[in-house]
Formats: sequence, structure tokens, C-alpha cells
Amino acid sequence: MDDFDYVAEILKGSPLAMARVMTWLENEDERARSCMEKIYPHTGNAYVLGITGSPGTGKSTLTDGVTWQLRNKELTVGIVAVDPSSPFTGGALLGDRIRMTRHSADPGVFMRSMATRGYLGGLAQFTRGAVKVLDAGGKDFVIIETVGVGQDEVDVMRVADTTCVVLVPGLGDVIQSMKAGIMEIADIYVINKYDRPGADQLFAEVQFRVDQDASIKDRAWVPPVIATVAVEGKGEDDLLEAITAHRTYLEQSGRLLEKRRNRINEETLQMIHHELFRIIRERLTKDSRIEQMVEEIMNHKLNPYNVVEKVVNEWLPASRLK
Amino acid sequence: MAEKKIKIIVAKPGLDGHDRGAKLLSRIFAEAGMEVVYTGLRQTPEMIVEAALQEDADVVGLSSLSGVHNYFFPKVVELLKAKKLSNVLVVGGGIIPLEDIPTLKKAGIAEIFGPGTPTDTIVGFIKANVKSK
Ligand SMILES: Nc1nc2c(ncn2[C@@H]2O[C@H](COP(=O)(O)OP(=O)(O)OP(=O)(O)O)[C@@H](O)[C@H]2O)c(=O)[nH]1
Ligand SMILES: [Mg+2]
Repeated sequence: MDDFDYVAEILKGSPLAMARVMTWLENEDERARSCMEKIYPHTGNAYVLGITGSPGTGKSTLTDGVTWQLRNKELTVGIVAVDPSSPFTGGALLGDRIRMTRHSADPGVFMRSMATRGYLGGLAQFTRGAVKVLDAGGKDFVIIETVGVGQDEVDVMRVADTTCVVLVPGLGDVIQSMKAGIMEIADIYVINKYDRPGADQLFAEVQFRVDQDASIKDRAWVPPVIATVAVEGKGEDDLLEAITAHRTYLEQSGRLLEKRRNRINEETLQMIHHELFRIIRERLTKDSRIEQMVEEIMNHKLNPYNVVEKVVNEWLPASRLK
Repeated sequence: MAEKKIKIIVAKPGLDGHDRGAKLLSRIFAEAGMEVVYTGLRQTPEMIVEAALQEDADVVGLSSLSGVHNYFFPKVVELLKAKKLSNVLVVGGGIIPLEDIPTLKKAGIAEIFGPGTPTDTIVGFIKANVKSK
């Protein structure tokens, strides 16, 4: 497949090309970079939706439902579902496809599972790459599903234009979890498994917190709280309506541009960071220099502070000027 | 370049509703360091191949208990070829009569693992036979 033009094929929406370039991104394979550079001008058209929440809250089932709704409006959809890798074995069980089988023969839907792999450069970067591939491939909507636990996942959600946080009754202290950064990233709250006991109470609690937050912070967008029973497809139209309303708000207020500008800023800095780190790490590990340094630090001949200075001055001579 | 992982689709074609075996195998592959996409029950060959395509899988593992292997397994190989995915390693398992094995292998299934095959053997075979991409 050496004569295969990946860039042209991605722009035509070829699943084969999109899938392979995503693999290269995951593997940090050099072949990814030139492709990404060439498809970049063709990105920025897809609307990016994030769906996050604790394990098993119904994120995949909701993703499936929203995808169904979008397909009924003849919009095409790309899905990136991120699941954790085991830190012990490096393996991963990626089970999100199970909930989306009704779309598996639909050429208007492309679904990719990704493992977190403990990326040194940050998971967000790879997710962003995958989103761009789908975007350049002509998908109208890209949905990212992640388990909302750590900082990595919060970072991933910054890639999204609209972020939905999924909560379910019976998972313990919601207010506690709402303190831990969730309120900052949620544009929409989804109370899923509304068929379960305690759903009304959870709804009221979340609504109360949202109102309280709105009165303190004077937010221009007050996150709506949407009730769903994803397994029965109930409430998914309300959810799509809320997503559309948020999009309209972002577009009309100029917030969408601002959001995207911030994202490019963040992303560019992160990419520079990642590339510099990669180069320097490669050099330091090549002649076991890092091990020597560690030994010398252990023996108190050096310390991490002067090692940093030394390394930086060695490879970034310009920094001496400051 | 980051370390490469073997990505495997575990699929259970056919109509029977038991997937304990397929789920167990998925866990075994994950324990062995692979990235396992489990696709669920009642998969058609078309759905399995679409998953392999989108996930850029290295391996497709098919499990069958209901006697559909003679149709399903070769069909998956054929559809993979049609999608320019002939590099994907296809292995099968489940309850498969010995006399069917030669035909399946001729149709492009790399190996068939009967019930009770030590999981190390399966994992070892996959690791030795995946192709780079
Ligand atoms: N009772 C009830 N069960 C639901 C509902 N939505 C999803 N489920 C079930 O909850 C389980 C988990 O659903 P998923 O969609 O896989 O949840 P998830 O958040 O994607 O799970 P992970 O990706 O593993 O974190 C499945 O058994 C679903 O059938 C709902 O509204 N009500
Ligand atoms: Mg899921």
C-alpha cells in the first residue's frame, strides 16, 4: 500500500486511511506528522461533543442514542471512545462498541476505540489528533467518550465544544464529585438511568447546585439538567436539543471562536512541549546519560536543579541569553 | 516511537446468546497486554469486518459454538480481503469439529483453537504471527 495517498483518502472520508493514521498517532509513528500537517487546513468544520462520567453510567448507550438522532438528521458522525489501559499489563478492554452495533454497517458513522496507554505526552494530544482525522474526513459531528476520573480525562474534555457530564442515581455523593472540577467542564448535565430509584432526588440536587453556581458566578450559560433513560432511548431528543442550544449560544456569543482560539494556544504549547521533551529524552537515554545523572544525584555530586540547567543550556543555547 | 500494541477484535458471530467464552478470552488477551475490542453478540461478518477496519485491528478472533463457523469464518476472511485488509490475522475457536479444520485453514483462517487449548498457546501464536503495519 506504498502508493496509497493517505491524505487524499482521508479527505475523501476513507475509513481505511482514517483508521491507519489514527494508529500512527497512537504509536507516535513519524508517518503521522506529515499527514496531519496536510489535513490540518481541512479541519475545524466538525462540531465536537464530549461525553464523560463515571464507569458504567451509560456514556456509550447515550453516544449511540445521540448518534442515532444525528443520523436521522442526515448528519455524519465520528466517535472516539477512550478506555483505560491497565498500568500493570499494558492491555485494555475496549467495550464501547457493544452499545453501538446498530451503526456498525452505516457508512455515515466511524467509531474508534482508544486505550489511554499512559502517554507521556498527555492523552489529550492523541485524542485531538483522532478528532482532526475524523473532522478532515468530513464528519459533521465528532463525539468523544471518556471515563471521567483523572486530570487526563478533564484535559480530553477541553477538546470538546460541548461537554456532557453523565450522572446516575445510586453512585454515592454526587455533590462531592461535583466539587472535583466537574462543574468547570460541564456544559450539560445528563441524569441517566432515570428509571432507577433516586433519580428525582439526584435531579433536584444537581439542579440546585447549578442554580447556586449560576447565582455566584453570573455565568452566561447555565448548564441545563437533562433526564434520560438511554437504554430506552428516552430523553435523547431533549439532550440533542440542549446540545444544539449550547452550540447556538457559543456561536452567537462569539464564545466558540474564543474557545477554539484558547484551544489552539494550549495545543500549540503542548505540542512544542511534547516535541522538545521527546528529543531531549531520546538524547538523554541514548548513552545512558540519564542513568549517570541519576547516580550523581544519588551521590550528591549533582542535584536535579543544576541538572535541569545544564541540560537546557546544552541543547537550547539561546536560553543562556536570558 | 511509542511501543506498539496488538489490537484484536473478539467477535462472536452467529445467533446463540452465550458469550462467556468470548468475554473470558477478551480478558485473557488484555492480560497478555493486548488492546481488545469486544464487539458483543450476534455479529454478522460485515459488522466484524467493519469493526476491524475502523479499529485498524491486527487480529480478528472469532468464536463459534453454534456450528456457523463453516460459513462465517471464511466469509470474514473474504470480506477482509475485499476491504484491503488481507494483513489482518484471523484465528478461530470454539466448538469446531476436527474434520472442518483443513477447509477453514485453506479458506485463510490462520489457526483454529479447540476447547481446552492452553491460553498461552493462543497468545503465543498471535504474537508470533501478527504483521506490522
Ligand atoms: N437501567 C438503566 N440501565 C442503563 C441505562 N443506560 C445504560 N444502562 C446500562 O448500563 C450499563 C452500562 O452502559 P454503558 O453505556 O456501557 O455505560 P458506559 O458509561 O459507556 O460504561 P463504560 O464505558 O464502561 O464506563 C449497560 O448495561 C447499559 O445497558 C438506563 O437509562 N437505565
Ligand atoms: Mg462506554
